[in-house]
Amino acid sequence: MGNTDTKRKDLILLAGFSAVVLLAPFIFGPVGAGYPDLLQKFAIFGIFAMGFNILFGLTGYLSFGHAAFLGVGSYAAVWTFKLLTMNPFVALSLAVLIGGLFALAIGFVCLRRSGIYFSILTLALAQMSYNLAYSVLTPITNGETGLQLAQSDPRSLDAMFGIDYGAVLPSSHLFGIDMTGYPGFYFCAVMFIACFYLSMRIFRSPFGMMLRAVKSNQNRMNYTGLNSRPYTLTAFVISGMYAGLAGGLLAVTDPLAGAERMQWTASGEVVLMTILGGAGTLLGPVIGAGVIKYFENIFSAFNEGFLLDVFDFLPEVIQHAAVSVSSLFVGEGWHLTLGALFMVIVIFLPGGLMEGINRLYRKFRPKGGSSDPDAAPAPAPAE
Amino acid sequence: MRKYDFTRRSLLKGTALAGVGLAAPTILTSKSWAANYLNEPTGSTVTFGFNVPQTGAYADEGADELRAYELAVEHINGEGDGGMLNTFSSKELKGNGINGKKVVFVTGDTQTKSDAARASAKRMVEKDGAIMITGGSSSGVAVAVQSYCQDAGVIFMAGLTHSNDTTGKDKRANGFRHFFNTEMSGAALAPVLERNFGKDRVAYHLTADYNWGWSQEGSIKKYTEKLGWQTASAVRTPLGSGDFSQYITPVLNSGADVLVLNHYGRDMVNSLTQSVQFGLRDKQVNGKEFAIVVPLYSRLMAQGAGENVKGIYGSTNWHWSLQDEGSKAFVKSFGQKYGFPPSQAAHTCYVQAILYADAAQRAGTFRPSGVGAALEGFEFDGMGNGPTEYRADDHQCFKDVLVVKGKENPTSQFDVLEVVEITPRAQVEYPASLLGGELGPYNDGV
Repeated sequence: MGNTDTKRKDLILLAGFSAVVLLAPFIFGPVGAGYPDLLQKFAIFGIFAMGFNILFGLTGYLSFGHAAFLGVGSYAAVWTFKLLTMNPFVALSLAVLIGGLFALAIGFVCLRRSGIYFSILTLALAQMSYNLAYSVLTPITNGETGLQLAQSDPRSLDAMFGIDYGAVLPSSHLFGIDMTGYPGFYFCAVMFIACFYLSMRIFRSPFGMMLRAVKSNQNRMNYTGLNSRPYTLTAFVISGMYAGLAGGLLAVTDPLAGAERMQWTASGEVVLMTILGGAGTLLGPVIGAGVIKYFENIFSAFNEGFLLDVFDFLPEVIQHAAVSVSSLFVGEGWHLTLGALFMVIVIFLPGGLMEGINRLYRKFRPKGGSSDPDAAPAPAPAE
Repeated sequence: MRKYDFTRRSLLKGTALAGVGLAAPTILTSKSWAANYLNEPTGSTVTFGFNVPQTGAYADEGADELRAYELAVEHINGEGDGGMLNTFSSKELKGNGINGKKVVFVTGDTQTKSDAARASAKRMVEKDGAIMITGGSSSGVAVAVQSYCQDAGVIFMAGLTHSNDTTGKDKRANGFRHFFNTEMSGAALAPVLERNFGKDRVAYHLTADYNWGWSQEGSIKKYTEKLGWQTASAVRTPLGSGDFSQYITPVLNSGADVLVLNHYGRDMVNSLTQSVQFGLRDKQVNGKEFAIVVPLYSRLMAQGAGENVKGIYGSTNWHWSLQDEGSKAFVKSFGQKYGFPPSQAAHTCYVQAILYADAAQRAGTFRPSGVGAALEGFEFDGMGNGPTEYRADDHQCFKDVLVVKGKENPTSQFDVLEVVEITPRAQVEYPASLLGGELGPYNDGV
């Protein structure tokens, strides 16, 4: 391990990844996704899925409650905005810290079991957190309405440095640049690239190797006298910190935290993202996150008027037939399309979209380098 | 070792590159390039954003809202029979769009979740260039989207939202609401309850555990306790519970003789149906007939609960059987297009779209502060609720409130409610300071 060839390939991967992320507004413009809010979501949920993948992809522990850490990160960030300062770095540090602490507590309890029992425990604890946020802890979370900024918030650090926002509600800003729109996206993008680099280092490290050993055969590992729980707990906390960061970034780009971010559907979504893209690969979860967010935001907005334009070239009778059939799959039917896509991928590409990409790559470069560096950690036994 | 140096160096280079990348869009989007106001329409069309629940517990309401919006756009653009434009007291809209621009629209799904609703509102503003966002069927969502619209700098015309907070503690300058609120429901219902059930009653509340539920519970308690009623207990139920039996059993032994259901949508259909199945309405408590009250009624819900709504009192914003010219014109053109009468959600959304269009026409601009100034204090008639005023202090419409009751002998599946009383506006009016909050200044998005 650690040979120079892998290092060079990783560097190329990192450079390519950074280029795509930084040029995203131009790359995704033509498919209707080149607007700041969706680009921010791509980056944020990319971070979330990447963190989830450190746990699920490497150790094989399937957490069904990761949205809880995302939600906690959001609440921490919004409270920082309310009480201390609108500077995003302070908010993000606290979001990561609280997300990590929360993960430590939940991980300590849940990691006593593995397999399905672990999944159910995380699901139960996350659902408890959701219900707490939704009703019991209303003074802290503002319940269903969601935690929002108010003009009367103290913002004591800002006040100390004499920053006054006047009569309007402040938005988070980095030395005067508002963290909304494109600047907000580039802030998320830099975090995204940093997280990608960190996740790459973890994948290549001896620690990452230990985590993979947990996935391949934890019993054998325990029999050799190694205690695997510190490793799994560390992975759990790291992925909780990633989720906290993602939650914090959601609050930085849009200072609002709602309880539904912690609901089990949100936890399920990150599992879908990871499996769709390819669990255990570096890029897979990021691609999966992008696909799901694209469906949720763009596909769900296609209405009949749009479809009539698309099928304009057909004769009128066929046009209307085509519209009425395809309208089942777009607009409010976007879940249906996503479900079908998910089934197709799980059945034909068990390694996710990354497996498809690798297959194409090998097909067109049969005699080239052995394979993509990402392919190595996900050996598909079916082949 | 050399390899490592190389890596660190390229990382530095990468950081520098990222810095340049970070700066580039700031130059592109800097204020000197920005238009007069956000999404100023420059072509021959102007874009509305219709943000309604298409999935989830309030999907029925959302679908009806979207139908109403499509109808409103047709009428503004001069297609169809013109609907309420013919009865509206302001005659500025000529059926050729607004300020000479044709209206087009984009749609989004709120999923009745604040996050999803804000994301779809953002898409419509950032990508599709929507000048105004309207719709929604939940107060939580309305408050969240309203505050986004304030931050972004577009007008928000609230759809169905009944909580006091929307134009109370969480009001914003860029947000406007035509629908009534729980304060008005309480003020309108109390006299009718007194007449029918007397002054000596003990009420038991079941409340949907979120913003709107709390608001409604508070208002009904306030007005019934003023009558002399007692409140035995107020129990919060989670939103979307299918089974309410565990909440209904304690009612039987609580000594209460009135059950107030602060539920909406499918929750109300389920809780009411189960209360009736438990035989609550056939009981005698404290020597009086046991009664059930549903403070916020809608025709869609009454249809869902079927037989069980007969004789049950509640309040509503509008009902299709009203006989004024405006309502008749709206029911006629909605019925012609879709084949059934509109719900109160459809009505308030249709009216909101027309009111926005009219205000923009009168102001001669789509600038949020200009449109807002045209709406503030605007008095109008012919939109189905009698003379109405958009109060400048809190951007809330004041109009008559309908007290309704489940019809004993319905003549069709849509004819399930009858109007008991039209409570005049003066009786439901309250000072803006009562509910707190502050509007702040308009945001034009520049």
